[in-house]
Amino acid sequence: MALAFDEFGRPFIILREQDQKTRLRGIDAQKANIAAGKAVARILRSSLGPKGMDKMLQGPDGDVTITNDGATILEQMDVDNQIAKLMVELSRSQDYEIGDGTTGVVVMAGALLEQAERQLDRGIHPIRIAEGYEMASRVAVEHLERIAQKFEFDVNNFEPLVQTCMTTLSSKIVNRCKRSLAEIAVKAVLAVADLERRDVNLDLIKVEGKVGGKLEDTELIYGILVDKDMSHPQMPKQIEDAHIAILTCPFEPPKPKTKHKVDIDTVEKFETLRKQEQQYFDEMVKKCKDVGATLVICQWGFDDEANHLLMHRNLPAVRWVGGVELELIAIATGGRIVPRFQELTPEKLGKAGLVREKSFGTTKERMLYIEHCANSRAVTVFIRGGNKMMIEETKRSIHDALCVARNLIRNKSIVYGGGAAEIACSLAVDAAADKYPGVEQYAIRAFAEALDSVPMALAENSGLQPIETLSAVKSQQIKENIPFYGIDCNDVGTNDMREQNVFETLIGKQQQILLATQVVKMILKIDDVISNSEY
Amino acid sequence: MPIDKIFKDDASEEKGERARMASFIGAMAVADLVKSTLGPKGMDKILQSTGRGHAVSVTNDGATILKSLHIDNPAAKVLVDISKVQDDEVGDGTTSVVVLAGELLREAEKLVTSKIHPMTIIAGYRMAAECARDALLKRVIDNKENAEKFKSDLMKIAMTTLCSKILSQDKEHFAEMAVDAVFRLKGSTNLESIQIIKKPGGSLRDSFLDEGFILDKKIGIGQPKRIENAKILVANTAMDTDKVKIYGARVRVDSMTKVAEIEGAEKEKMKDKVKKILDHGINCFVNRQLIYNFPEELFADAGVLAIEHADFEGIERLGLVTGGEIASTFDNPESVKLGHCKLIEEIMIGEDKLIHFSGVEMGQACSIVLRGASHHVLDEAERSLHDALCVLSQTINDTRVLLGGGWPEMVMAKEVDDLARKTAGKKSHAIEAFSRALVAIPTTIADNAGLDSAELVAQLRAEHHSESSNAGIDVITGAVGDMEERGIYEAFKVKQAVLLSATEAAEMILRVDEIITCAPRRREDRM
Repeated sequence: MALAFDEFGRPFIILREQDQKTRLRGIDAQKANIAAGKAVARILRSSLGPKGMDKMLQGPDGDVTITNDGATILEQMDVDNQIAKLMVELSRSQDYEIGDGTTGVVVMAGALLEQAERQLDRGIHPIRIAEGYEMASRVAVEHLERIAQKFEFDVNNFEPLVQTCMTTLSSKIVNRCKRSLAEIAVKAVLAVADLERRDVNLDLIKVEGKVGGKLEDTELIYGILVDKDMSHPQMPKQIEDAHIAILTCPFEPPKPKTKHKVDIDTVEKFETLRKQEQQYFDEMVKKCKDVGATLVICQWGFDDEANHLLMHRNLPAVRWVGGVELELIAIATGGRIVPRFQELTPEKLGKAGLVREKSFGTTKERMLYIEHCANSRAVTVFIRGGNKMMIEETKRSIHDALCVARNLIRNKSIVYGGGAAEIACSLAVDAAADKYPGVEQYAIRAFAEALDSVPMALAENSGLQPIETLSAVKSQQIKENIPFYGIDCNDVGTNDMREQNVFETLIGKQQQILLATQVVKMILKIDDVISNSEY
Repeated sequence: MPIDKIFKDDASEEKGERARMASFIGAMAVADLVKSTLGPKGMDKILQSTGRGHAVSVTNDGATILKSLHIDNPAAKVLVDISKVQDDEVGDGTTSVVVLAGELLREAEKLVTSKIHPMTIIAGYRMAAECARDALLKRVIDNKENAEKFKSDLMKIAMTTLCSKILSQDKEHFAEMAVDAVFRLKGSTNLESIQIIKKPGGSLRDSFLDEGFILDKKIGIGQPKRIENAKILVANTAMDTDKVKIYGARVRVDSMTKVAEIEGAEKEKMKDKVKKILDHGINCFVNRQLIYNFPEELFADAGVLAIEHADFEGIERLGLVTGGEIASTFDNPESVKLGHCKLIEEIMIGEDKLIHFSGVEMGQACSIVLRGASHHVLDEAERSLHDALCVLSQTINDTRVLLGGGWPEMVMAKEVDDLARKTAGKKSHAIEAFSRALVAIPTTIADNAGLDSAELVAQLRAEHHSESSNAGIDVITGAVGDMEERGIYEAFKVKQAVLLSATEAAEMILRVDEIITCAPRRREDRM
């Protein structure tokens, strides 16, 4: 195929080793790509919505994950096809940017591809389809802006935020206690949010999980939770008004970086060295004590002797605390991380009202709570649950809820969920289509149809008649000209999403549409796939 | 146009009905596996490990069985997981939780085949679980106020737990031991301070609870074998050649005399150290690390009992028990807290010499010495005792108790049945199924005991139709009887955990409609 002839009629090779490669060109390439994209979307389609099903994924090491979080499913699916990988990227970027709607974006992209295939069959050039999609997405995003509603909340009145988070959580396995989890998520975000700058640093929220207990025992801790215990079993388990020295240097004799040797050749040297060593330990502990520390948190280990000295001087200590946790502790307690004992000063100590060790269940697991910190900006969500999978899934769900709350603080606009926004957009795009002369009109109309597929999938997963339900809702929206009608997934009895309190964030929805359109455009523009045929 | 492969080579994908079937079958297979161990007349399993030596263990502890299985089915792994968690959290009921989850799935499978959507089943199960829990809450007995009665409750719980285990022959003996040990803890759930020592030989009946602390170590040669009013220093320090810890230090000499000098200095150093230790005014020294011959000799000269190489747990526990602190430096003898005990002596159990610390300050700790015919028996006895201890320590914190012998299941089943009748919609089928799954537990208990389960369960149901019946299955006589009279009690916390975790696990498996298995990671051949 990739064979050309020069002016003398001699063949020359453009593509090396072509017999080992497969090549798809033109319409075939597009069709194959579309088929792959659709296949991925089909896997996720049944996970959409509050009645969506879960997927069980068995990892390469035999570990089992049960989830219905789109990003997680795709991440762990071990995908090999290039286009499928693009879809994986798509949901990942939605995850990074927004955190929620990772399933929706893939389903949307799948639907766009399906419609594109139909247009291709009609003989419309892929680029024209891509352009039509682009225009349509612009229309849709603008329309979303128009139908979006601002909604008001502040630190004291966060009920609307909770409602939105509940919408997110209702599609997860944790929906049994979605109310309490949503409240935890909202409180956590509000605790770390900078309402002036409308910014939320999610790094300040740590999500910890521990197997055991009930999901209901999940709690929000205004402080830090460290999965460590005191270095000496007999140190006090509870410290009030702790002054914390945060160290990154070990309680060990210094190890100079330059290579050196200390030669012992006389008895005197041996003696002095011994004295020196004891002094080191004494001094280290003394320094900590002198600046007024009542708790030492160290990134490294302690020597046995140092450990005992600490215990002896009544200075509780925690060792082997990870770097990230150390930073969080420093932020929360307002302390500074000190790399050398010489630099310890009273100002650099962190302060916490209460530090306590708590043990769980019949096993010996213990954790350290650092609470009532000087700077309460760092919080921890502590998840309990029946088994490891449950905890992992809850972690993911909480992450989604946190992201949603953050997005709302960044941008207060919301749109209505349950497919209402998609239906409204579909109507708007459909109406806009007629204004465009040219071939793009068809692509725009196809886009409108693709938008319908999200509410369609929602209805399907909820066990409703998809076409019947969708057309009923659509006509209702047109008749009353209100964009709040969506699919009644939970069988509440009303299609009014305002009444059901089903919200989604505006930026989340906009991002979904934009990202899906971008990826589809990219896929449509590929007209040649060259790959090694071995796999 | 054929779709290109989306997954990698060995990855597989199962969808919809097939996926559901695979997970149902896997989960039910696991449940059936442990089913026969349920109840007082449950059978044991022999487990042979594939590791070196093909070690064999005999057990009827659900968690232990499942832990040792190599399972490939992902749904089955979920069940293994819940039994593990049950073990960690409450210690008992590890078999029941798996059996109940298996039954729930068996019922769910029937509903799915009759075209009820899994989500509807889940909704029904949730309502039913909630209702069942409330039913139990209504019927709990709480004797927190009455210490005397509470103790007898604990006794009964311990006996109920033990009666399904290898210890059932001497269950009263062991129940007493367990209750005693747990009462010593005074409400803490830290089972660390109960030490279990296994010594083969003798019979199970010879096992005993010791109030003091027993250390499985030897006393140094030439040192006193018996010390009264002991002052103990618990230490973690090197008593061999104490190395210089300053980085890069090394000994470099140019003549033999120098070597001798340094050796002398080292010896002097050790002597110093021993002297410092002796300055504490102790007559017993316990170290976590080795004690070399030289210091040992010094200790012997001073008439101090020195114990070397006590393991880490031993040291911690000893520190805890005697109230001493674990010391690593010895420069300030006045401020180091020493441990005390009335008497240290060497005792013989079977053929082994052990060191016995009695009359310790902290009454919390105690040791249980298990005797038995073989290692297998001892291992199983330890597991059983551990179960009993766990349950008891949890019950002390949550004092609510229930009757046993299938009574809670029947109570729940009745309430859930009532709920099913009141509920409109497809959910009621699921609720009904839940109650059937609950009844499966007494059925299994009866089946395992070789009784006529159909007859007995029918009788039970009739009994429970009247309010506040105490009827349950008495496996010993093989008839329906009053559980309160027979003294068969269970902890509320265990039952609640069984109910909730089993429902959670069943729900999780039901929600799955697709299984994607990644290609197994290729391991390099390490051989």
